[in-house]
Amino acid sequence: MDCNELVELVTAYLDESLDPETRARFDLHLLECDGCQNYLQQFRATVSTVGKIRDEQLDPIFRARLLDTFRDWR
Amino acid sequence: MPGAVDESALVAALHTGDEAVFAELVDQYSPSMLRVARGYVPSHEIAEEVVQETWIALLKGISKFEGRSTIRTWLFTVMINIAKARGIRERRDADAEIAAYTGGTVDPARFRPPDAPKWPGHWKEHAEPSPFPDTPEGSVLGNELVAVARRELDKLPARQRIVVTLRDILGFDSGEVCELLQISVANQRVLLHRGRAAVRQVLEDYLAEVL
Repeated sequence: MDCNELVELVTAYLDESLDPETRARFDLHLLECDGCQNYLQQFRATVSTVGKIRDEQLDPIFRARLLDTFRDWR
Repeated sequence: MPGAVDESALVAALHTGDEAVFAELVDQYSPSMLRVARGYVPSHEIAEEVVQETWIALLKGISKFEGRSTIRTWLFTVMINIAKARGIRERRDADAEIAAYTGGTVDPARFRPPDAPKWPGHWKEHAEPSPFPDTPEGSVLGNELVAVARRELDKLPARQRIVVTLRDILGFDSGEVCELLQISVANQRVLLHRGRAAVRQVLEDYLAEVL
């Protein structure tokens, strides 16, 4: 497995959906390739960073409209 | 991850007209609902209408809510149906996004060419990735990276943005996402991988500038 192939398999690797043979080649490649180890680390960090996107504030006018629907319903 | 809360208690609280509980659900899910809805409809205003209709549908249906699905799954299933009915974009968009894809998700110039005498397809000497730094929760750099990631997420093609939002922000698993969006496992993975890879690239560029 070459580096340019490995980088396209990272999501499948993280989802544990590679077939066993491909997974073994992926793991073997990682053992001897710092660049790809770092790429995997960057990818994991990316997923974790995206996972922290959550502090957006709703537009207050829109939020008030949604809460109004609750008052109307109640 | 959301979804672990005791949902029967939430449903009961909504029944009794507990506005604080409703407000909490609205705050928790509406930003992601807007982002997903926006992938189906042509304007932010229509996306807001879709989200509002979804909350109304939840309230109307709350007495029949049987807890067979979590509130989160219910909300997104219903919302995607409403959005599709309102939207001009259809599923062929997802197919088109996948078909439009030709190259890899990493700049091919970073790899040795296929005819290189040594290690074709491997990282070029000065193009190897370096590890991203650890960013403690709440650190300045960590917050900046989240902001950079959010800007890129909002720029992704619609289907990539939807899949990344559902998987990585809301924590749906791949089976749930395929079910919600009516796409194959393989297409789900392609969209997720491409979206994540695009965000990774902007984070790498950003870090190269500031570090």
